Amino acid sequence: MVERYEIRLSGAGGQGLVLAGVILSEAAAIFDDFYAVQTQSYGPEARGGASKAEVVIGTEPISYPKATQPDLLLALNQQSYDKYAGDTKKNGLVIIEADSVKPPASTDFRLVAIPIIDLARKKIGREVVVNMISLGIIQELTQIVNYESLEKAVLRRVPKGTEDINTRALKLGREAAKEFKEE
Amino acid sequence: MNTKRVRFVQGNEACALGAIDAGCNFFGGYPISPSSEIAEQLSALLPRHEGKFIQMEDEIGAMGAVIGAALAGAKSMTATSGPGFSLKQENLGMACMAEVPCVIVNVMRGGPSTGAPTSPAQADVLQARWGTHGDHPIIVTAPTTVQEIYHESIRAFNLAERFRNPVVLLLDEINGHMREKIELCDPAEIELWHRPKPPVDKNWERPYERNEEGVPLIPNFGTGSRFHVTGLDHGLTGFPTGDPKIRQALHHALIAKIEDNRPLILKNEAYMVDDAESLIIAYGSTARSARRAADILRKEGRKVGLFRPLTLFPTPEEDILRAAAGKKLIVVPEMNLGQYVLVLRRILGRDIPIIQVNRTDGDPITPDQIIAAVQGR
Amino acid sequence: MPSKVYNYAEYLRIQYIPHIWCPGCGHGIVLKAILRAIERLQLDKNKIAFVSGIGCSSRAVGYVDFNTLHTTHGRALAFATGIKLTRPDMHVILVSGDGDATAIGGNHFIHACRRNIDMTLIVFNNYIYGMTGGQYSPTTPQHSFATTAPYGNVEPPFDICNLAAAAGATYVARSTAFHATQLDKFIEKGIQNPGFSVIEALSQCPTYYGRKNRLRTPIDNLMWQKDSTVSVAKSKNMSAEELSGKILTGELVNTSRPEYTHLYDELIEQVRGLPESEEI
Repeated sequence: MVERYEIRLSGAGGQGLVLAGVILSEAAAIFDDFYAVQTQSYGPEARGGASKAEVVIGTEPISYPKATQPDLLLALNQQSYDKYAGDTKKNGLVIIEADSVKPPASTDFRLVAIPIIDLARKKIGREVVVNMISLGIIQELTQIVNYESLEKAVLRRVPKGTEDINTRALKLGREAAKEFKEE
Repeated sequence: MNTKRVRFVQGNEACALGAIDAGCNFFGGYPISPSSEIAEQLSALLPRHEGKFIQMEDEIGAMGAVIGAALAGAKSMTATSGPGFSLKQENLGMACMAEVPCVIVNVMRGGPSTGAPTSPAQADVLQARWGTHGDHPIIVTAPTTVQEIYHESIRAFNLAERFRNPVVLLLDEINGHMREKIELCDPAEIELWHRPKPPVDKNWERPYERNEEGVPLIPNFGTGSRFHVTGLDHGLTGFPTGDPKIRQALHHALIAKIEDNRPLILKNEAYMVDDAESLIIAYGSTARSARRAADILRKEGRKVGLFRPLTLFPTPEEDILRAAAGKKLIVVPEMNLGQYVLVLRRILGRDIPIIQVNRTDGDPITPDQIIAAVQGR
Repeated sequence: MPSKVYNYAEYLRIQYIPHIWCPGCGHGIVLKAILRAIERLQLDKNKIAFVSGIGCSSRAVGYVDFNTLHTTHGRALAFATGIKLTRPDMHVILVSGDGDATAIGGNHFIHACRRNIDMTLIVFNNYIYGMTGGQYSPTTPQHSFATTAPYGNVEPPFDICNLAAAAGATYVARSTAFHATQLDKFIEKGIQNPGFSVIEALSQCPTYYGRKNRLRTPIDNLMWQKDSTVSVAKSKNMSAEELSGKILTGELVNTSRPEYTHLYDELIEQVRGLPESEEI
């Protein structure tokens, strides 16, 4: 773990990115005992519109809570990729939703394209778990938090009765990332 | 790890938790972004603690209900944001005049008018001091971290009760919505201040007679003393008066109550200030950017410190003068177009150059902006 | 029946009298009706919160020996709601004027009715803003004159009782300063009603409303109250033509509905002491 690791989760409102940010930072702060801060920006819409959640995790207390040069960007749609990819730290990691974001020809960051929405539809049958699949991917690719911690945080935060579907989605994300690494 | 008293919460939630731990038992509010989580949390928490929550028909009514509840003995609170804070000002002044303890949280957003409901700002700082008409006493505090919001929420109630005065707790969209890990206090160990008790239980006819701290000895309604409370100029009985001497004495006493008790009210933090050549003065969530900027600059070998007033009003003038003494440069970042800097310029005069960093576009001031200002870029 | 002798002094802060009301004003008559109702009910003075807003009627709170609160213009009901929620055992009685209750305080008025919180509001309706110098109010009749209606009032008026009834008040009655002994009975019943009660008391302002509208003397005004009103009972046998221009007096609503502070206390009983949620 580094002194300061910046994560930006971006996409459309209603994709559950704020909840994903909360779970990731809670896993880090409560279960892994790092420092973590979660912030968000949002529009007036409860559904749709642009949504951004940011998480800063580190071994030292976090003063500035926002991501300025993210180590990791998750972009679930083209609009958010276009807006935020340029901020990413050199040699950072950008995870894109493969069917929603057109991959660029060349980048100075590591690019990972996974069909997250398609996985959610076909393997879980619910698009609503895109955020949990994304968390599984992030965990596997970065190891920024422990998988068990992440799972505990998921169980604390998701609505009663949805624990199974959400933990399955988390696992699915981890496996998809493993496959991607092997390719 | 004691999971029971450790929480990973938003600043707004921490504010509600602090209120409960301070003994808050009345909340009157009206929905407004970005403060609504405070009302939501207290609507759930208060009845569990035998307190009362009411969503009033408007912001003005919410402030009225808060004052009525406080007069009847409740530890009373409301939460709002810019437009709602404007609407509350008349009744807030009534609470100052009638000396009714209450806590008003303003989670600041962009203004003027409807402005930017979901974006952060620090645009209500001078309104928090001077929002209601007439000379009046007020206490304004602006915490920075989520943990500090919890503690300042408790302290706001303590100050309100002890000095029988409204206390404005200024948060903003960043630290109100930001989540961090906090540790809650053991309720048995929290020091709570209470409103001064009148000297006798039977009919006490001089509710505005003051104790040695200058705070009036007003009984709670329904406890056996029948007295009058009004927003009009009044004497020690509480009844309106046209006597110039009594009116003048009242106005001075209102201000003195806060000014004479500054040591009990002021709170601030000096970070790497002593050897600093440049000093950043920042408050609220902007102080987080300032601290990051100071840390980065220190690593580069520049002597930079941070002075952070929590109590914005009354202003910690002596502490500011001490922190600024001998510095070559003062940098004041604020998410407004220059408000608290006006107070600082009055205190510091023209001898030390003061550079402002201001931003009102809905994004926070970044550490880079502050670093650039310190480096004279 | 021998008439009861009332000890008004028992309920007044005699040291603050003389009051500020003009000679001939109806407000003193209405205040005395309130005190008679309180004496008949033998309410504990320590348990009465007497709350007002701003205006001539609102000055009544200074003269009575209860827990008295003189709030901001139009907001008395909001302050009183906080008192009642904190101390449901207290009797919360409010006095307000027509402008205070239905113009600047109109929102609080309809929502207090809707909540059915156990408080009693007496509206001193004199059709005018007296304290500020005789401007027209939401109850000033159309074509009447006021200092801001020099050519006659253009606006149609509110019917305070209809407004209260429509918004859900569980006891609504109207009487006048002329019918003072009827008025105190309605106030008494309003205080006894375990819910929100509105008693509209037509009062007179010879100084402003009367002078502008050919009701120069206090007697003219009281006679107008007598001649313009008709009781609910009598109105049942009158034609629409006969009722035209008449103001109904009597009980207009007397019903019951769950009371707000009781409902909230029931909520507390349900959730009291529940363990702290782990989510927060």
